[in-house]
Amino acid sequence: MSDEHARRRGASRRPPVRQVVALGRGTLDMIDALGRAGLFLMLSCLGIPSREGIRLWLRQMHFVGVMSLAIVLVSGLFIGMVLALQGYTILVDFGAEDALGQMVALSLLRELAPVVSALLFAGRAGSALTAEIGLMKATEQLTSMEMIGVDPLRRVIAPRLWAGFVSLPLLTIGFSVVGIWGGYLVGVEWLGVFEGSYWSNMQGSVGFVADIGNGLVKSLVFAMVVTWIAVFQGYDLIPTSEGISRATTRTVVYSSLAILGLDFVLTAMMFGEIG
Amino acid sequence: MKRSKIMEFGVGLFMLAGILGLVFLGLRVSGLGNGVGGDTFTLNANFANIGGLKVRSKVTVAGVQVGQVTGIELDPKWYDARVTMAIDSKLEGQLPRDSTAAILTAGLLGEQYVGLSLGGAPDTLKDGDTIRDTQQALVLEELIQQFVSNMVKN
Repeated sequence: MSDEHARRRGASRRPPVRQVVALGRGTLDMIDALGRAGLFLMLSCLGIPSREGIRLWLRQMHFVGVMSLAIVLVSGLFIGMVLALQGYTILVDFGAEDALGQMVALSLLRELAPVVSALLFAGRAGSALTAEIGLMKATEQLTSMEMIGVDPLRRVIAPRLWAGFVSLPLLTIGFSVVGIWGGYLVGVEWLGVFEGSYWSNMQGSVGFVADIGNGLVKSLVFAMVVTWIAVFQGYDLIPTSEGISRATTRTVVYSSLAILGLDFVLTAMMFGEIG
Repeated sequence: MKRSKIMEFGVGLFMLAGILGLVFLGLRVSGLGNGVGGDTFTLNANFANIGGLKVRSKVTVAGVQVGQVTGIELDPKWYDARVTMAIDSKLEGQLPRDSTAAILTAGLLGEQYVGLSLGGAPDTLKDGDTIRDTQQALVLEELIQQFVSNMVKN
């Protein structure tokens, strides 16, 4: 009786053991990757930038920031216009269309500008960074740099990281400005909200530190996360054509999830307490 | 070399545009420039109820902004709200002592602000003085309650 019991238990224990082993391996792999990513971030960001480093950074600013300007500004314009249109149709029922400026500005500054610019940035610049660095790795350019004594972390990675950190907050500012202007075009010029109340309600409710400052903090956090993920995925991929395509996809997926998840956490921390 | 100069110029413009955008947001959207710049003097007023008045709310005379609310606290002596205001120093020694302060609402659902109405007394309010005659904020619920109880009485 007890023999049979033990045998049955032994038989049923084997598959779970394998799964537990797999779980353990997965966890160790994850911690390993996190550690590598952290070390990677630290090693690339530290170090005094040389004159050459600033030139490299400028080139990346051009690619990551200036070239993303068009898509971010156009999206911002349309989002501001849609917000004004939607907001107007709801607010006009309560006779509160004067609060349109406040609604447009607050939703842009607090949420939409940081999140949407970061998502666009991940799609436009993040994926390109991953693919570029991945191809460098696949064609062994990074290894060759190491062989001639150039540190690829400082030469290739650091300028891209810093370019991302600086340009996303700037893009977010552009998004907000253009969005508020788009809201003005639709709300004031088209739907006939009184111009004075559009701006004065906005000024009465938007706080410089509470809304604009917190929005910028958000976009700075997103910038760090997105650029870090993009660059690390490129640096850490399996150097084959399939590996590059996988890593590019992972960059966009991980960045988007990280942006949306972090956005909730940051919002809860910044605006969570009522008042 | 030429190409790199154009690129650097583009990045410079980009950074400049970002900073200008931030200035625009600060001044035009959050209305930082609207606060009274320069020298101010302090006035206090006690209100029975401040409604939705907040720090940084406007203080106006005849609808023109002359200052802003800098502090709101509960006065433990009378259990009413003590509102501290920073007023443009050009008005120091200009506001009569019997001026009144009322909490008003911009529009039906707009923000609340302090409106000062000038009195006629010869002596004037100085830095740190308290406005005696105040009118509390209009609270919609109280108004409706009064209206309903009057209806029942009649």
